[in-house]
Amino acid sequence: MTVEGIAAPPPPSPLSTLLSTRQVVVCCGTGGVGKTTTAAALALAAARSGRRVAVVTIDPAKRLASALGLDGLSDEPALIDPSLWDPSGTAVAGGSLAALMLDTKSTFDKLVIAHAATPDQGERILANRLYRNISTVLSGTQEYMAMEKLHQLHADDAFDVLVVDTPPSRHALDFLDAPNRLVRLFDNRLFRLMMGPTRLSMRAAGAALGAFMKIVAKVVGTAVVDDVMAFFRAFDGMEEGFRTRSLEVLRLLESDQTGFVLVTSPRPDAVEEACFFADRLRSTGIEIGALVVNRVHPLLLGAAASTGRDDLATIAATWRERAEALDLVDQPGPADACTLVASLVELVRAERTAVAPIVERMASPDLVVEVPVLEREVADLDALAEIASHLC
Amino acid sequence: MKLEQFCSASRVVIVAGKGGVGKTTVTAALAQTAARAGMSVLIVEVEGKSWLATLFDRPALGYEETLLAPGIRGRTLSPDQALVEYLDDHGMKPISKRLRSTGALEVVAASVPGMKDILVLGKVKQLEQAGTADLIVVDAPAAGHAITFLTSAVGLLDAMATGPIAKQAADVAALLADPTRCRVSLVTLPEETPVAEVVETAFALEDRAGVALGPVVVNGLWPALVPCPPRSFRAGARAAGLAVTAADLAVVERSVGFATARRQRQDVQVERLSQLLPLAQIPLPYRFGATLGPADLEALTDAFVEGVAALPADLT
Repeated sequence: MTVEGIAAPPPPSPLSTLLSTRQVVVCCGTGGVGKTTTAAALALAAARSGRRVAVVTIDPAKRLASALGLDGLSDEPALIDPSLWDPSGTAVAGGSLAALMLDTKSTFDKLVIAHAATPDQGERILANRLYRNISTVLSGTQEYMAMEKLHQLHADDAFDVLVVDTPPSRHALDFLDAPNRLVRLFDNRLFRLMMGPTRLSMRAAGAALGAFMKIVAKVVGTAVVDDVMAFFRAFDGMEEGFRTRSLEVLRLLESDQTGFVLVTSPRPDAVEEACFFADRLRSTGIEIGALVVNRVHPLLLGAAASTGRDDLATIAATWRERAEALDLVDQPGPADACTLVASLVELVRAERTAVAPIVERMASPDLVVEVPVLEREVADLDALAEIASHLC
Repeated sequence: MKLEQFCSASRVVIVAGKGGVGKTTVTAALAQTAARAGMSVLIVEVEGKSWLATLFDRPALGYEETLLAPGIRGRTLSPDQALVEYLDDHGMKPISKRLRSTGALEVVAASVPGMKDILVLGKVKQLEQAGTADLIVVDAPAAGHAITFLTSAVGLLDAMATGPIAKQAADVAALLADPTRCRVSLVTLPEETPVAEVVETAFALEDRAGVALGPVVVNGLWPALVPCPPRSFRAGARAAGLAVTAADLAVVERSVGFATARRQRQDVQVERLSQLLPLAQIPLPYRFGATLGPADLEALTDAFVEGVAALPADLT
């Protein structure tokens, strides 16, 4: 199927530009808009253009995961056989495609071991119950570890470009805040209080904390409080390493080595999140490199039709009138067909109206890339290649 | 099945499904359906998606209950709100501000896995016990979080036997395990990945949360069209006195072809779902507008009521 009404050759895709000029490409957007698929398709396109690329996916759908060779949890990048992503052998030489699926806990464990002063300290933390909860269920941990993985892979010279999927947070920008949040957790006043008063001036605070923790213990139980204390004691001295590292990640994200791809569906709730995210990035001085509008419905009116939003409303109204006229003479088949045409035209119009606020936020309309809704499920590399052809 | 019977099967219905399947819309349609059956309904929005109110053409939801439509009230209940309220209720009001400002709140919450989820469900239980409405509809967190959300109580009871939180978890587990008090209604789209995920979620919930599952809501079904070849379209147009061009005919053909292909792919997935998951289905139509409003909610509620009527009467 083709999208009609687009005759002029398109300008070079902003995504090709990002993939050839940046070392890190971050795909972000709210849940359910197709971030993982977009990230995988971009990685495939980059590999086909001769780049050595690794894609970091987070919880991909099963069939996409197995298409990428990720049947088990693979925490380290695994190369995908070129015959899968370049079956016709037409790709630019030198490219490679690797994929990995983020394993939050294992990434965190390795980080703890790397930063521990002694192997014993590392072991004590890994065995702590609070740590086990933090490393699996604490909100923000997944985001932080995605960034940590990015940091590790970036330090490694094996790849030219890293394409990163972001976790399905309620707010698409949680991953930007996550490193800070976790560092704050290790670094806060409570933490220092729990380490026990080392200086005279801290004694009073320490006593206050005792009362404080007693109240907390009444609600959650003393065992929990003991775990918390043990965790902080075990963690002593490691927070500096964590802070340094998270600052490095943030610096990388804010540098011009990183490009941001904002992914949205043409629906108002997703667009609202996208706008929020765009504003937030801009306030940190980061421009969005490309906007991907996923699963856009095609306008089936033919090449000659005018496609302005007002015109679409008029066209839809005409088809509705036809449907009514046909209904009056008891022609349900043709009437339904006319209603459908009107509905599809209105859908396209509604989608364009929905995306307008985020499109207006982009520095140039050339940064917007639309991907039409596909006629099949994106569950194999062929389908990814089809998406890639729309992206780049 | 009679509407009254369906709506009074349990006092709490938790609507769960992956992000983007229309969970919030289904929550509103279910609430409206129960209201039509003459019941008072409270919608509890867990993820703080305050736009649910736009379906009723009302201002955004907040922590305080507001009236959305005759017989339907709504409120948000985020995990953070539930946590603060719980601490306040348990004699920690004097320090709850300090708990928040020092970040200790996050530590405490993290030290008890699933604590926030349990507090949210605990609050729902409290609303249920208080008889605040005939039916409480909970718009649950998205995605795989639904499983975490609903298994949190059982998980915590395994790890912790005593204390106020354990008591809360036991109450929540009892609520979830009692089909006369609580059911889960899963929502999905008739597409490959959402179907796979809803099947997985359904089995995980039955096995691990012990919760009763109501019919699966299959959202976003495209219209099933009667084929309309160019000749019969032309004949119909003549009968109606409409002038149609060849270009118009081509538009009709492309549109019908597009919609028919879409519906056929959906039918395959609906069939696959019924093979994989032995639960009744309630089909809801695709709404063509991008922005949903009260008119869409009316149409979806009509479809929901029809779907309920089509359910077997002996469904338990």
